[in-house]
Amino acid sequence: MTVVAVIVTVLLTVAGGLTLLRIIRGPSILDRAVATDVLLAVAVAAIATEAAYSRDATALPVLVVLAVVGFVGSVSVARFAARKDPK
Amino acid sequence: MTVDAVLDTAAGVCLIAGALLSLAAGIALVRFPDVLSRMHAAAKPQVLGLLLVLLGCALRLRTGVDITTLVLVGMFQLATAPVAAHMVGRAAYPHDDIRRDLLLTDELAGRLDRVRANRAGAAETPSSVGAPGRDAQPPA
Repeated sequence: MTVVAVIVTVLLTVAGGLTLLRIIRGPSILDRAVATDVLLAVAVAAIATEAAYSRDATALPVLVVLAVVGFVGSVSVARFAARKDPK
Repeated sequence: MTVDAVLDTAAGVCLIAGALLSLAAGIALVRFPDVLSRMHAAAKPQVLGLLLVLLGCALRLRTGVDITTLVLVGMFQLATAPVAAHMVGRAAYPHDDIRRDLLLTDELAGRLDRVRANRAGAAETPSSVGAPGRDAQPPA
């Protein structure tokens, strides 16, 4: 299981780094909103992997909260961006 | 092999598959050209990747309360991810920086003028009042 944990950690770290790159570079604010959603999904995957590796269910309520309220950020950013006039 | 070893192996395979989907989304977010195709890539770890990781976690924890919590996480994610994607797509559509040549079909293209007129009318209503005197130009 340690091998699996190391592989998953490396994969999720690279994925989070690339997503951060898009958050930094992203030309529009909607790109950043989409990339932030992906970063949240990566974080949820990392927390679930930690819970699976250590057989410890302490962090599972955090996953419930993230799954419930995670979409609020994108929705509010999209509402804000929709008010701007097109170029 | 015991049952525990088989379940742990299956859990490891599911976790790695979910992490691979996250990595694919990260690469696609960097390489894809516009918002709509990046949204297509972003849905992979949000739905399939997350469900695989949660399945791996459930196979590893194997108690009733934890599996119920993980099912709850999956259900909430499946209910809320389309809402966010719908709002982002709606805000992204009439802008000029999406690649229209990459769209296979564009069902709103016939109504694009109306979409833009609504959007521009909502945006310019306060500012269109303060531009008098432009018609005072004498003819050359």
